[in-house]
Amino acid sequence: MSDWPLWEVFVRAKGGLAHRHVGSVHAPDAELALRHARDTYTRRQEGVSLWVVASAAIIASDPDQSGELFEPAADKVYRHPTFYDIPDVVKHI
Amino acid sequence: MPSLPPIRPEDEAVAEKVRLHGAFDAPAELPHDPARTEYLLRLGDDALILGQRLSEWCGHAPSVEVDLSLANLSLDLIGQATLFLGEAGDADQLAFKRDVLDFRNCWLVEQPNGDFARTMVRHLLFSTWQHLLYQRLSASTDPAIAGIAAKGAKEIAYHRELAAEWVVRLGDGTEESRARTLDGLGWCWRFVPELFEVDEQLADAIARGIAADPREIEPEWRSSIGAVLGEATLEVPADTRPILGGRRGHHSEHLGHLLAIMQYLPRTYPDANW
Repeated sequence: MSDWPLWEVFVRAKGGLAHRHVGSVHAPDAELALRHARDTYTRRQEGVSLWVVASAAIIASDPDQSGELFEPAADKVYRHPTFYDIPDVVKHI
Repeated sequence: MPSLPPIRPEDEAVAEKVRLHGAFDAPAELPHDPARTEYLLRLGDDALILGQRLSEWCGHAPSVEVDLSLANLSLDLIGQATLFLGEAGDADQLAFKRDVLDFRNCWLVEQPNGDFARTMVRHLLFSTWQHLLYQRLSASTDPAIAGIAAKGAKEIAYHRELAAEWVVRLGDGTEESRARTLDGLGWCWRFVPELFEVDEQLADAIARGIAADPREIEPEWRSSIGAVLGEATLEVPADTRPILGGRRGHHSEHLGHLLAIMQYLPRTYPDANW
């Protein structure tokens, strides 16, 4: 419905993994948002846990500020851990 | 007139195998246990007809999220129907090539959707009953029925919760949503007594432990529905003269129309594939 607020949906695919943002649903309140999220995003066994967050509660960065916020990191390659030898047994870093 | 020779066992074995399959309107081979078959048809037809009814919302629901919710409910029910009817015989034959008088579903499930409020009230009344019934049926002496019911109970638990959430919001919502919910309740309440009816066929299946006795779940059903309606700030309607007969093939005018749509394709193009 057009007057229903928007909710962001996060799905945990498997135990041990983080919840990932998958999309959004409209719903009149939090409980129904959770049900709509279940019916919309986990119909094909996509997840074992769900979060919904009122979209209005998300504080987003201002795209107009992307220069000052993100560009300064571009020339600081030394912040990446690329100057170390990673042991073969370490898979996820 | 000479008497016929006795039938040899080897001939009888062959004779069993040459029954016609797929003949138009010929019911599939039914196992020779009428009470069990009858019960499977009641369970299967309830799920099938309500599943078909809910599928009518597809593309018409108030929002895309609700559209998906209703389609999910419908698919759960059609899945249960496939399993129950598959135990009674050939599920496709039974669903698509039986005529209206041979259907054994209750009146509640064949009622037209009306508006969203009526659909949700119907679903609350029915899925609460179905959930309590399936929970007991998971201890049925018939392993097939017990298995289908145990799987279905998880699906229906969700149906029951979702329907309750909506009825509470609609009943305790705007003036209009409340009026529509009351209308839906008024429409559906006449068909409640049939859910708890025990006729001779059912009594037989109950006695053998195949079926659950619906009279045993009635107090819990009434208190559960009463609690949801209370939260929805609605009163439980007064009981009226019961409308019975669906279990014996006496249906409202609505079922024939539903079947005409559901059965059109397989009857027009028999054995069509895709």
